[in-house]
Amino acid sequence: MFKRNNAIKSPRVSFTFEGCSIDAAAGDTIASALMLAGETHFRNTPVSQSERGPFCLMGVCFECLVEVDGIPNRQACMVSVREGMKVRRQKGAIGVEIE
Amino acid sequence: MNACDLAIIGAGPAGMAAATEAANAGLSVILLDEQPVPGGQVYRAIETVPEERRKILGPDYQKGIGIAEAFRACKATYIPEATVWNINPDLSIDYSRNGGSAQVSTRHLLIATGAVERPTPMPGWTLPGVTTAGALQILLKAHGGIGDDVVLVGSGPLLYLLAQQMIVAGVPPKAIVETVDRERYIKAARHLCSALTALPYLRKGMSMMRQIRRAGVPRYSGAHDIRIEGSQRADAVRFFANGRAHHIETSSVALHQGVVPNQQATRLLGCDHVWNESQRCFVPKLDEFLESSVENVFVAGDGAGVAGAKSAEIRGRLVALRVAGRLGSDTDAEIRALQRQLRRDEAIRPFLETLYAPSDEVMVPGDDVLVCRCEEVTAGAIREAVDLGAPGPNQVKSFLRSGMGPCQGRMCGLTVSTIIAERRSEDPGSIGYYRLRPPLKPLLLSELAQLEREPTRDEPL
Amino acid sequence: MVATSTRQMTADLLVIGGGIHGCSAALHAALRGLRVIVFEKDTVARHASGVNAGGVRKLGRHIAEIPLSLHSMSIWRHIADLVDDDCGFQPAPQIKVAETEAELETLRRRVAELNGLGYTHERILDRQTMREHLPGVAEHCVGAIASLDDGFAQPYQTTFAFQRKAQKTGVRVLENTPVERVFKSGKDWKVSTGGQEFTGRFVLNCAGAWGGEIARQIGDHAPVRAYAPMMIVTERLRPFCTAVVGATGRPLSFKQMPNGTVVIGGGRPGVPEPASNRTHMQMAELRHSAQTAMDIFPVMRAAQIVRSWAGIEGLMPDGIPIIGPAAHAQGAFHAFGFSAHGFQLGPGVGDVMAELIATGRTQAPITPFSIERFPQNPTRAHKELS
Repeated sequence: MFKRNNAIKSPRVSFTFEGCSIDAAAGDTIASALMLAGETHFRNTPVSQSERGPFCLMGVCFECLVEVDGIPNRQACMVSVREGMKVRRQKGAIGVEIE
Repeated sequence: MNACDLAIIGAGPAGMAAATEAANAGLSVILLDEQPVPGGQVYRAIETVPEERRKILGPDYQKGIGIAEAFRACKATYIPEATVWNINPDLSIDYSRNGGSAQVSTRHLLIATGAVERPTPMPGWTLPGVTTAGALQILLKAHGGIGDDVVLVGSGPLLYLLAQQMIVAGVPPKAIVETVDRERYIKAARHLCSALTALPYLRKGMSMMRQIRRAGVPRYSGAHDIRIEGSQRADAVRFFANGRAHHIETSSVALHQGVVPNQQATRLLGCDHVWNESQRCFVPKLDEFLESSVENVFVAGDGAGVAGAKSAEIRGRLVALRVAGRLGSDTDAEIRALQRQLRRDEAIRPFLETLYAPSDEVMVPGDDVLVCRCEEVTAGAIREAVDLGAPGPNQVKSFLRSGMGPCQGRMCGLTVSTIIAERRSEDPGSIGYYRLRPPLKPLLLSELAQLEREPTRDEPL
Repeated sequence: MVATSTRQMTADLLVIGGGIHGCSAALHAALRGLRVIVFEKDTVARHASGVNAGGVRKLGRHIAEIPLSLHSMSIWRHIADLVDDDCGFQPAPQIKVAETEAELETLRRRVAELNGLGYTHERILDRQTMREHLPGVAEHCVGAIASLDDGFAQPYQTTFAFQRKAQKTGVRVLENTPVERVFKSGKDWKVSTGGQEFTGRFVLNCAGAWGGEIARQIGDHAPVRAYAPMMIVTERLRPFCTAVVGATGRPLSFKQMPNGTVVIGGGRPGVPEPASNRTHMQMAELRHSAQTAMDIFPVMRAAQIVRSWAGIEGLMPDGIPIIGPAAHAQGAFHAFGFSAHGFQLGPGVGDVMAELIATGRTQAPITPFSIERFPQNPTRAHKELS
């Protein structure tokens, strides 16, 4: 379990992950906020649907891909949290909706 | 579009120092970086980190403060949150920012994109809960996060630095599983004499080791046959050490086998690379002024060959002075002084490279191990393709799709090359590496469609 | 390269170029009992043969190419019987959409012309039928022309399979072996490379963009130039399109692979550097392909490009290949300059070339592809040969 080493002094930011409310600090990335909230499963691979989570936290591995406010393929470790943002797991291949 | 004198990609120590030196010499400088603030990975969050966390991270980290301040004060144009996705042969650079693409042109280019952690393929390494050691250090630097049951696995200075920082923070790692065996210490001892000229590094290393010992962190050396267990996430590490099987329960496994140059940009530009047997990786071929085989393209920082933050800063300044020299300043004496400093600083490397050489297990993993994490290609599949006659990484890629997922080969490229080399009993240098093509990072089709530029050459059908 | 004995350096047929055409002709010739050596300056399938868009289409062929294309298609349908590998071949419709009524009218004329010649593989799809095949196609598309039993395959897998089957059949494939000189010596042809000379009764030029120089040494003239079709591929998307799609009024080649990735090509070329084997992408040009793909399939707006590439291909001024015997020299043959649409023709043309070389004749109508459609210089050729 990951914990913050010091109390958050920066302003709080609240967003949702799979519909659940997550409490974060301004300056957190989506990945750091979720890891500190005990979450490790960020996506399922398009090939075998296996679970994946953040690996490098520096934008290299593309394992932490999530859907942010409906936009897929966002690297959770490269996107800062914003109040009210809706984050979902990226499950498998990106769907393309055909009307 | 007006070209600047020097464009720099990357705001780590090399990029910041080069920008500062070049701007102060009167050059027009643009620095592009993917992060929102300067520092790179080694000095991540350097401007905002709270006082108590600075103490945890130690004095070497704090050296970044001055570098970042000087960079902020200089006249270089700083473009943060810029994802470079293409560099054209004329050195114009396409980058994404705020959802759209823009371009800068330059007469000289410095690639200061640093290092990435060496891929560490082993059974279970794709499970959630398994990260690189660097990832946990970033979590600590930038967000103050530390895991309470972390097992560190592998080899290299960063593993011990992270352990020491966790100890200072009061949350020591649960165990350190080291792939370095006794034989390696004996081999490395041969390089001790030359390393003595870099005494501060040795002292720092010894002090780290003392602290780890004093904290009572269990250490297992010469570990082999390491596998991470768990069904949907990591819950244990299993390995052999000292002739015995071990099993440690943990929710957080941090892997590390040293760092290697980030080759994406230099490969895209077609710079020549050579296999460095001591560092067990590809490095761009550079002259004594850090210019690559492509004219006016320079590389500084760990991307030029792993040498650490101090060398990175010196290399960045050296490139800036070289470019200033080309544009008419007399910088020869200063360059020579920096070259001397570099030689002194790099004296520790042969010792470290021998001691912490990556384990064979990750260089040429077993058949069942996933090598390409994105496309889920195993080492065994790669060997089968080689046995069929696929001669190199590009054919293996065409055949198996390794390196064709979103990470674009960053996580598998080196392993694919070393597996093929071993299978064909050849040197990785002659096997080569993936051919890299734009985009350097995945790019929205809609963003490409919005790109507007005159064609660089008329090519009637 | 290792070639030690005289026997190893002698063959019936010397093939220059290890692309799909060289490997296919070599395999077919070996199946007819010929001893064959293939010379490849890089590695097999290094250029266009390994990195093309993979379309296996009869649709939209030049009239002269249709018989060869139909023959090739009959081999593609049972490709595993020939090379012991399915080559990733997938039967799929090839559909070219019309974005305006005027475009649809030109497609109708094309079908009428083909019907007049006795060909029935291309047909018009009305708007409704087109949409049944392409549920994601843009509203403004009014209809299409289609060849419903075409397909696509994996280019590298295919060429690699031809190479391996050829080797199994006795062909020697010498990679990293650039041919320096081709010349006639008595009745035989000689190929020199790396200080060694190979001898064969026949020589076949399958050197693609480099075929012009080989032709010159044989004594012929072929105005081929290097060309680098650019392509892009996306991440894996959920399946939404099973056909290979083109457009009528602007260049497009669009297909979703079985793994979900979408390959987009057909637009303006990159910059080829045949001397260094390199190609440079022109991303500013690729934007047109991106725009066309999004216009025809609006769902593509959310897709990400993971990679772009370009392979070097030989382009003829009239857009059709050179296939057949050399203009003046006995025992020399050409099959190159496929002008960015030779992949589908590979299996069939290889068969035709092997027949032509082994028996001296073929029923296949290859006259339109003769090198003699370009001005030749018989005196120079004669001088070089004597």
